[in-house]
Amino acid sequence: MSSKTFRGRHLPVIISIVIALMLSMMPLPEGIRNFRPDWVALIMIHWAMAVPRSYGVGVAWVVGLVLDVSQGTLLGQHALALTVITFITIKSNLLMRMFPLLQLTATVFALNAVYRFLLFWINGVAGVEAPSSVYWGPVLTGALVWPMMYILLSGIRYRVESRH
Amino acid sequence: MVASRGNTTNPARIPVLGLRTLFLIALSIVLMALDNRENHLNTVRDAIAAAVYPIQVVVDAPVRFFVWINENTQSRNELELENARLKAEKLLTSARLLQLESLKAENDRLREMLEARQQVKDEVRVAEIMGVDANPFRHSIVIDVGSSDGVYDGQAIVDADGVVGQVIETGPRTSQALLISDPDHTLPVEVLRNGLRTIAFGTGELGRLDLPFLPNNADIEEGDLLVTSGLGGAFPPGYPVARVGTVLRIPQQPFADVSARPLAALDQVREVMLIWPGEPEPAQADAVNDAESGNE
Repeated sequence: MSSKTFRGRHLPVIISIVIALMLSMMPLPEGIRNFRPDWVALIMIHWAMAVPRSYGVGVAWVVGLVLDVSQGTLLGQHALALTVITFITIKSNLLMRMFPLLQLTATVFALNAVYRFLLFWINGVAGVEAPSSVYWGPVLTGALVWPMMYILLSGIRYRVESRH
Repeated sequence: MVASRGNTTNPARIPVLGLRTLFLIALSIVLMALDNRENHLNTVRDAIAAAVYPIQVVVDAPVRFFVWINENTQSRNELELENARLKAEKLLTSARLLQLESLKAENDRLREMLEARQQVKDEVRVAEIMGVDANPFRHSIVIDVGSSDGVYDGQAIVDADGVVGQVIETGPRTSQALLISDPDHTLPVEVLRNGLRTIAFGTGELGRLDLPFLPNNADIEEGDLLVTSGLGGAFPPGYPVARVGTVLRIPQQPFADVSARPLAALDQVREVMLIWPGEPEPAQADAVNDAESGNE
């Protein structure tokens, strides 16, 4: 693989994942912190849907570990949740590509809810804490930002896909 | 072209996707199990944290930039005010510094007196507190003496006012001690006035001990002094522990609700005293002798 195709294919994806990680670490005021979308999950769903062969469960797992360390959660918690939703996305990616934007957003909403539920469930099993109902806020805001993110990434995605 | 596009997106063609997913899930569960119980994975965590560090720096950069802007645009007036305040503070501090020398000499003298340990019959040695447990629900301290000084598990620790706690773990040069206010700590005590025996439990609050096993008709009053009874084996008898605070007798309940205030300043002391009881067993006597020869 020459460095040029590497730049074309992987760099946009890597940059977008890094930006998602940054957004998830960024300090936010108390009031809106509970509504911070799960940027990393959204990005991983997007790339798993667009280029399922290159960005599969392995990448999701590693990114999840990084997220675990940066958020100070149990090592493996985000990794597991991200792996699961990436798996579901890859399995249904042909179907998801056919969806109109509204239906796709609903699917992402459901995936995001699964992601949150897994995190919630692991917290419960490990006895870490019992979050309140605002815990589910990111699922809502995630669905709100998804269409914008999707349109923004479509251009980049076309490039990544066509060079595949 | 169409065919190759089909290949790239057909999930059936991605080799052992399900198996890989299962493996990663299992791996995550193992990691979490290891991480939850003990801190086995600190090295892994540190390695990943080092890799993430540049991202964190970039994320923090805007915040630091605003702080920097703020600092650099403070008005001259504010700076002058701050300057004046700092000058006044410096004057005050140097005045206090003058006293330091005499205080230091006094401190040395007092420590010598403590080390001489003539007033108490039990063997006593002064130790300094090196650290406290960061967990707010765990009341334990680390002191700067260990098994090489003759410290042993279960040894009593007091300060100038009363019992502080007991040693729970000895290292060669340091030991960990549990304060009497820790929820896991129990201490056999008696009421000095009439010899009534009971047990004092730590509550997790520095200023409160519970005496849960006193019957309603027990002869105990507010202000009674509780001293160690020596029955538990760890503590020598007669050291003051706490003063009874509230006594609540509820007729329907079998036991009275009694709480007491520890006499030792559990959260303020820096120096504590370790006690070797008056007539130690031979092995412990040797340890004490070792400690003495080590000191001198």
